[in-house]
Amino acid sequence: MLVIKDLKVKISEVDKDIIQGFNLKINSGEVHAIMGPNGSGKSTLSHAICGKEGYEITGGNINLEGRSILDLEPQDRATKGIFLAFQYPLEIPGVGNLSFMRTALNSQKKARQEKELNPAEFLKLVKEKASHLSVDMEMLKRPLNVGFSGGEKKRNEILQMALLEPKLCILDETDSGLDVDAMRQVSQGVNALRSPNRSFLIITHYQRLLNHIKPDYVHIMVSGRIIKTGGPDLALQVEEKGYGHLIANQKN
Amino acid sequence: MSNVYTEAKKGIDPGTIDSVNSLKEDYKYGFSTEIDMDYAPKGISEEIVKLISKKNLEPEWMLTWRLEAYQRWTKMFEPDWPMLKYEKIDYQDQYYYAKPKSLKERPKSLADVEPALLETYAKLGIPLKEQEFLAGVVGAEYASANAKPKVAVDAVFDSVSVGTTFKDELAKLGIIFCSISEAIHSHPELVRKYIGTVVPRSDNYFATLNSAVFSDGSFVYIPEGVKCPMELSTYFRINAENTGQFERTLIIADKDSQVSYLEGCTAPMRDTNQLHAAVVELVALDNADIKYSTVQNWYPGDKNGNGGIYNFVTKRADCRGVRSKVMWTQIETGSAVTWKYPSCILRGDYSQGEFYSVAIANNYQQADTGTKMTHLGRGTRSRIVSKGISAGKAQNTYRGLVNIHPKAVDSRNFTQCDSLLIGNKCGAHTVPYIENKNSSSRTEHEATTSKIDDDQLFYCLQRGIGEEDAVALIVNGFCKEVLQALPMEFALEAQKLVAISLEGSVG
Ligand SMILES: Nc1ncnc2c1ncn2[C@@H]1O[C@H](COP(=O)(O)OP(=O)(O)O)[C@@H](O)[C@H]1O
Ligand SMILES: [Mg+2]
Repeated sequence: MLVIKDLKVKISEVDKDIIQGFNLKINSGEVHAIMGPNGSGKSTLSHAICGKEGYEITGGNINLEGRSILDLEPQDRATKGIFLAFQYPLEIPGVGNLSFMRTALNSQKKARQEKELNPAEFLKLVKEKASHLSVDMEMLKRPLNVGFSGGEKKRNEILQMALLEPKLCILDETDSGLDVDAMRQVSQGVNALRSPNRSFLIITHYQRLLNHIKPDYVHIMVSGRIIKTGGPDLALQVEEKGYGHLIANQKN
Repeated sequence: MSNVYTEAKKGIDPGTIDSVNSLKEDYKYGFSTEIDMDYAPKGISEEIVKLISKKNLEPEWMLTWRLEAYQRWTKMFEPDWPMLKYEKIDYQDQYYYAKPKSLKERPKSLADVEPALLETYAKLGIPLKEQEFLAGVVGAEYASANAKPKVAVDAVFDSVSVGTTFKDELAKLGIIFCSISEAIHSHPELVRKYIGTVVPRSDNYFATLNSAVFSDGSFVYIPEGVKCPMELSTYFRINAENTGQFERTLIIADKDSQVSYLEGCTAPMRDTNQLHAAVVELVALDNADIKYSTVQNWYPGDKNGNGGIYNFVTKRADCRGVRSKVMWTQIETGSAVTWKYPSCILRGDYSQGEFYSVAIANNYQQADTGTKMTHLGRGTRSRIVSKGISAGKAQNTYRGLVNIHPKAVDSRNFTQCDSLLIGNKCGAHTVPYIENKNSSSRTEHEATTSKIDDDQLFYCLQRGIGEEDAVALIVNGFCKEVLQALPMEFALEAQKLVAISLEGSVG
C-alpha cells in the first residue's frame, strides 16, 4: 500500500533535513502508530506524504500502490486516496462546512470520472455519516471550522474522512485536546472505517488513543527517523518509561 | 412624434439616415462616407452633440440641455486624484455614436458569435437561448420569458437599446420601464423633472461628458404604492470597437413604492481600450425602496495589461423622501480601469443608504472604487461593506467618504473595508474619510487586510480541491456578506464570475 524508503525532507525555512532517512511499509488494512516527542518530525512527515508546498524531498521515495507519488500535486494525491486529519484544522471564513465537503467530494469524484452528487444526494450521505460522530446540522451549516471547539474540529476531520473514503488515513495528533467522551466518539468513528483495503497511520503523542484504536504496529520516531518498531506493547512501554529511556537504549 | 420614433427604432435606420442627411450641410468632416459605416465620425464637437440628439429625434429642450453640458465640459479637466495610471485618453479619437448593427449584420446563430464571448457565457452557465439573446442573434427572444423568477430585460446593444420584455405586465401596474430615449418622447414631463437633479450636469468631468453625448440607457418609474413584481434587468454589452459608451439611467421610485434593478455586463474581447462613462441617477421618494445591483464583467484587458475597458461611472441615489431606502450592491470584476463611487444623499429624515461591494482586480487591472454617504436628514443610517480582492499585479483602492452634516442629528454610519491579497505583487489601499459634524451621531469603522494563507490553500488541496477552485472557494467565502445581498438569480452568476476572474492568479 504505502512504502516510504530512505526519505529525507527539508523545509524551505530550515537548513538541515527534518526527516533523515525514514523507512516505513504499511500493507492494506494495517494500522500503524507513530509516537515520538514534540519536534521529532511527525507532522513534517505527514505533510511530506501529502505533498505540501515548501516540503522538499531531498532523498528517498514515497510509493503508493507501487507507484511513486512524488511528482503528484497534493490534490492528485488526495484523489488517489490519501487523507490527512490535520493536527490544526484550518478555519475558512464564509465557506459553509457543508458546501466545503461537497466541493471536496465532488472534486475527487470528478477527477476519478465518477458521477458527482447533487445537493440532495450529498445531504443524505452527510447526515448518515454525521450522526455517528454527533455532528449536527447546526455544525454543518457553520463556516468551516470557524469558532469550532477543539473537539468539534477533530470530529469534523473524521467526518470528512468518512465522506471521502480514503485508502490511507493519516491522523495527526487527532487525540490532542479531546476529552474522554470526544476521544471515544473519534475512536469509534475511526474503528468504523477500518477495513481490509484501508490503512491507517496514526500519529500521537500519548498512548491513550491506542487503547481505543488498536494498532498492528507501533513505531517510535525521534529526530526524523524511526528508532524502534514493535507491537501495542511498545506504546505501553513509552507511557511507562518515557521516550528518554528508548533514546538512551538506542545510543548504546 | 412617438409613432415616428417607434418606427424608426424597428427599422433601425430610416430616421437615422434622414437626420444624418439633414445635418450634412452643417458637418464639416464629410459625412457621406461615414453613413455606411454606422458611426458618426470620430471626435466630439457641438455638431456631434447635435447629431446624436437629432438621430434620437429629440425635442428641443433635450438638445439645449446637452449643448449646455457640452459647453461646460470643454472648460473642465479630467480628474487626476484617483490612484489610477492609464494612457491619456484622446477624446477626439473616440466615436460618440454607433448605430446598432442592423439585422443583416447581426449574427445569424451562435456559430457566428465570437468564441471568446461564448466561452465566457458558457463558464457563467448562461442557458443557450439566453446566450443567443445576449449575443444579439437574429430572432432570439429572451429565454426566461416564462420562467420563474421573472426578470424583465432591456438589452442595451451598443448605443441603442433593443428589445424589452414584460412591458405589458408592467404597464398594467403603471410601471414605466423603457429606454431613456423612448422616455424622452413618451414621458417628457418625468424625464425633465428628474434628469440631472441627482447628478447635475456640472458634477464631474465624466458625468458632464455623459450629459452631452449620452446615447441611451434605461428609464424606470414606479408609481406611488406599487411594488414592482419582478426584477428589472439590463444586460449591457459593448459591441462596437472604439465606441465610447455613454449610458444614462434614471430610476424614480415614487412614494411607498419598491423596485429591484439589476445591471449586468458582458463584453467581447477587444484590443483597443474603450472609454465608458455612464451616469445612473436614482430618486427615492417617501418610504420608497430601491435596490440597485450590478455585476460588472467588462473585458479587463489581457494578462499583459493590453486592451480592456476604461470605466468611469457616476452613480448616485437621492433619498429624497422620509424613510426612503437605497441599497447599492456591486460585483466589479471587469474593466482595465474602474473609477466608480455609487453614492447616497440621505436627504429625507430617517432615510437609509447601503453599499455592498466586491471589487476584484487581477493581472494589470486597476480599480478605484468606493462610496459616498452624505447624511443630511435626521436619524439617517448608512452601512458600507467593501471587499477588495487583488491578484497578479493589480491595484485596488477603496475610497470612501461619510459626511454627517450638523443638522443630521442621531445619525449612524457603519463602515467595513476588508482587503484580500493573492500573491505579493498586487496592492490594496484604503482611503476612508469620515466627517461627523454633530455630537449626537456616531460612526464605526473597521478595516482588515489579509492574504490567502498557504495553510488554508493546502487544507483545500489535501481534500482533493484543485488550486483554482480552492482560491475561488476562499474568495467567495471572503465576499459572502456582499454576495448574499444580491438577488438570488444574480448571486450564483456572481459566484462563478468571481472564480473566472481569478483564473490564473495562483500557481
Ligand atoms: N514551517 C517550519 N519552519 C521552521 N521549522 C519548522 C517548520 N515546521 C516544522 N519545523 C521544525 O521541524 C521540526 C519538526 O517539526 P514537526 O514535524 O512539527 O514535529 P512534530 O509534529 O513531531 O512535533 C521541529 O524542530 C520544528 O521546529
Ligand atoms: Mg505535530
